[in-house]
Amino acid sequence: MSDTITITTKKDWTSDQEVRWCPGCGDYGILQAVQMLMPELGIARENTVFVSGIGCSSRFPYYMNTYGMHSIHGRAPAIATGIAVARPDLDVWVVTGDGDGLSIGGNHLIHALRRNVNLTILMFNNRIYGLTKGQYSPTSEVGKVTKSTPMGSIDPPFNPLAVALGAEASFVARTHDLDRKHMMEVFRQAHAHRGASFVEILQNCNVFNDGAFTDITGRESRPEMLIDLKHGEPVRFGKDNQHGVVMGPDGQLRIVEVADVGDDALLIHDAHRADPSLAFALARLSTDDHSPTPFGVFRSVERPDYGSGVAQQLLASSAKKGPSDLKALLRSNGSWQV
Amino acid sequence: MGRLFLVKGGQVPMTDIIEHTESKHSEPKHSESLTRVVIRFAGDSGDGMQLTGDRFTSTSALFGNDLSTLPEYPAEIRAPAGTVHGVSSFQVQISDHDITTPGDAPSVLVVMNPAALKADLSRLEPGGMLIINSDTFTERDLDKAGYTENPLENDSLNGYRTVLVPMTSLTKEATVPLGVKPRDADRSKNFFALGLISWLYSRPTESTFAWIDEKFSNELVRTANKAAFTAGFNFGETTELLDHRYEIEPAHMPSGEYTNITGNTALAWGIVAAGQLAHLPVFLGSYPITPASDILHELAKHKHFGIRTVQAEDEIAAAGLALGAAFAGHLGVTTTSGPGLALKSETISLALSLELPMLIVDIQRGGPSTGLPTKTEAADLNIAMFGRHGESPLPIVAAYSPAQCFDAAIEAVRIALKYRTPVILLSDGYLANGSEPWLLPDPAALPDISVEFATEMNHIDDDGNPEFWPYLRNPETLARPWAIPGTPGLMHRVGGLEKEDGSGNINYTPENHSKMIHLRAAKVAGIANDIPDATIVGDEDADLCIVGWGSTWAAIDAAVQRSRRRGTKVAWVHLTHINPLPKNLGAVLKRFQKVIVPELNLGQMTRIIRSEFLIDAKVVTKVAGLPFTALELEGAIIEALQDPPTAGDPGVVASSVLVSGDSEQQGAAQ
Ligand code: SF4
Repeated sequence: MSDTITITTKKDWTSDQEVRWCPGCGDYGILQAVQMLMPELGIARENTVFVSGIGCSSRFPYYMNTYGMHSIHGRAPAIATGIAVARPDLDVWVVTGDGDGLSIGGNHLIHALRRNVNLTILMFNNRIYGLTKGQYSPTSEVGKVTKSTPMGSIDPPFNPLAVALGAEASFVARTHDLDRKHMMEVFRQAHAHRGASFVEILQNCNVFNDGAFTDITGRESRPEMLIDLKHGEPVRFGKDNQHGVVMGPDGQLRIVEVADVGDDALLIHDAHRADPSLAFALARLSTDDHSPTPFGVFRSVERPDYGSGVAQQLLASSAKKGPSDLKALLRSNGSWQV
Repeated sequence: MGRLFLVKGGQVPMTDIIEHTESKHSEPKHSESLTRVVIRFAGDSGDGMQLTGDRFTSTSALFGNDLSTLPEYPAEIRAPAGTVHGVSSFQVQISDHDITTPGDAPSVLVVMNPAALKADLSRLEPGGMLIINSDTFTERDLDKAGYTENPLENDSLNGYRTVLVPMTSLTKEATVPLGVKPRDADRSKNFFALGLISWLYSRPTESTFAWIDEKFSNELVRTANKAAFTAGFNFGETTELLDHRYEIEPAHMPSGEYTNITGNTALAWGIVAAGQLAHLPVFLGSYPITPASDILHELAKHKHFGIRTVQAEDEIAAAGLALGAAFAGHLGVTTTSGPGLALKSETISLALSLELPMLIVDIQRGGPSTGLPTKTEAADLNIAMFGRHGESPLPIVAAYSPAQCFDAAIEAVRIALKYRTPVILLSDGYLANGSEPWLLPDPAALPDISVEFATEMNHIDDDGNPEFWPYLRNPETLARPWAIPGTPGLMHRVGGLEKEDGSGNINYTPENHSKMIHLRAAKVAGIANDIPDATIVGDEDADLCIVGWGSTWAAIDAAVQRSRRRGTKVAWVHLTHINPLPKNLGAVLKRFQKVIVPELNLGQMTRIIRSEFLIDAKVVTKVAGLPFTALELEGAIIEALQDPPTAGDPGVVASSVLVSGDSEQQGAAQ
């Protein structure tokens, strides 16, 4: 609605509400990254909407000085779809968690991704239910001992990126709460993407699942465990870039020593590939939180977004049928005079 | 016939009948003048009975009769052919005067196969005319219908005027010479039936021919259908089985322009109109469900009105879409039936807590669970009133006739927008699929229901700076400002957590929660000042008052008229606003010794009236997937007046329409 973008600072994007996460929670770092990024995006606060469901992460909208809605457990993607389709002029963000987005709200998440609604979806994955005080979540590892699973959980977890890719998501990325620069870069790309962008953020819940990702995201472990994906570049990592990823003749991805296979054998990351199978394979390269894990943008492809499609049909219908005419509508099934 | 009820100060109208019958004779076959006739077409689902009924209805509407229809069809899309299970029927009453119901018992029953005879014979009035497609009474079809003996060959049809017509073979004779394959010829036999009935009731034929031309793109099909129709029409003229035809003069309806309309179409158009009158784009989130899907279909056709329709992934998402759109400044609407309303409950509570406008349409059907998806019931009043967690009152509007669904939709939207609240609009399967002539309103005379978005700060903070308080209420309506994204300076957050009145900040204090609960309740209760008072139709000095709501209007109207013509005094109040109730309702009802409430449930409104007003209201209940007949309610009136005074009587049931076997009977149960 307003065209003039005034220069803003982080402070302008920060609401007057006191932030109420537990001290030390990973959510603080994510909030910082988002609030610092917003002034750089050249968008107006009044044209920005944050929508969340229920859970620790879902308090997020209260802390942003934008329009916002803290909605119902799991329903944020559906409500945000209503906002984004009604108003393609708005920047709509969804903040959700592993329980909110993949358990109670799984259906809405996959359909928002399938439709490619113009949303930037940030999923804080801490592999636990925090707000309800520590039950296992749909991303908890098998055997997780919690209050609701005293003998260990039995059901295998979701891989959020694989779910998103299976739902035809056009933008899929992963980052983590300990690297603000990486987060900001991934969020920037997610925001720039037209359509549904899905970002998994590995987030530490220091109260109920402390250190879940330390083996990967901890400062010491990062060089050997964190694989930073860069479009168009070979997939390699390690202190001296000595490890790499190759695709075997069976199509399976494997971690190898570069010295053993040579530079040319390494997989070149292609985020823009129409076929999602490479992104899927990368998303499943690591099956636990103690082995090398890819981060960055897995997939970013162009696909018509749902809201634009709806708007186009409205225009096409107007062009064909002319201006709305209630009088004519009431007579459209035939009428007679008495 | 449906009339416009004015948004304010309106009253539910009652029709007025003067019945008369006279005969006139002419050559070659004379015709007899009737004031009204009830015709029922019944056949297998594949026989095209809905189409035949619709067509007969349209012709009669164009001719100028008043009419009312009752389509009935099985829940299965392809029920086993030839079985009683798969019978589809269409009942229509046409008349030369104002009527409201599709008629109690048909005087003419057209049956296309043995199953249809088995399913519907008990509905035919004694001595009624039975027109039978005799070709289908083969051993195989009799067997499928469950007949051990051919009813055409024993005395089971004595007492009816039975006309046996070999419709299938006559249709073949008429169409096969034109190049139609014998197997395909069978599909035109419903047009033979339509032609025959059109002759019998002296219907003009041009509009049907024009309609066939428009409807069927395949030339051979067009030719075959016209030939079958003509053959049926000519059969009537020449056969010795029918010695005369009938005429039903056009009704003396108020002058103006009319269309024939079903409840679902009227409701969809009401939503279109409401968007125009509110100057808001309409956003429908919906999930397919019988009998509400037609509203989604209809609205999806009108994108040039700026209407967005999204078929959501589920009922919950459908409500979420509407709520999101409302937050963004659209007229958010979601349409469903009972099971879907249950799923939307949580979102409706959020809308109520966010205090955002939203329209929820429930086309009630037989429940619980999947129940009777294609049959009518009005048993969702409880869930509409009470089916949410926490203290969560919301306004409820109930439509009472097919055409009136248009006004009801506008009224429900008016309340939602003005008071920033979700509103439930109740209709039902009978209204949804039933049709009647509708005197078209002048769009220019419809009410302006627009509201304003907030554009300015509305509060000064402690430091003297202007700020925006999303929950600073209008002192008169208690509605909060509606500030939509895109409005500079008014950024704010809303959510399901309890918020402080005024600032909207999260606030869990006991005082604030108590205040907010009372404020939300007071806002809804206050709407009573903004809706029409209850008005009495009929005899103000009667002992008995009938309270009606929803689609029972038609049967009550007919029953009240008949009772009064017989000299029985009776009063009637029909409710269009269910929550809040009209503020004079208690006082009005207390003037009567007895109050009965006919309901297509076990007494949901009765319980509300009893608890609200401490009145000994009694329910007349029917839960058979069918609307009340006027006869049933006439019986209930008689019974209620015969009862000893009800004071001290602990029973709540005045009478209960029990339906046993194939026949409907009225039984008394206390
Ligand atoms: S419970 Fe865990 S996720 Fe929730 S705020 Fe506390 S630390 Fe953060």
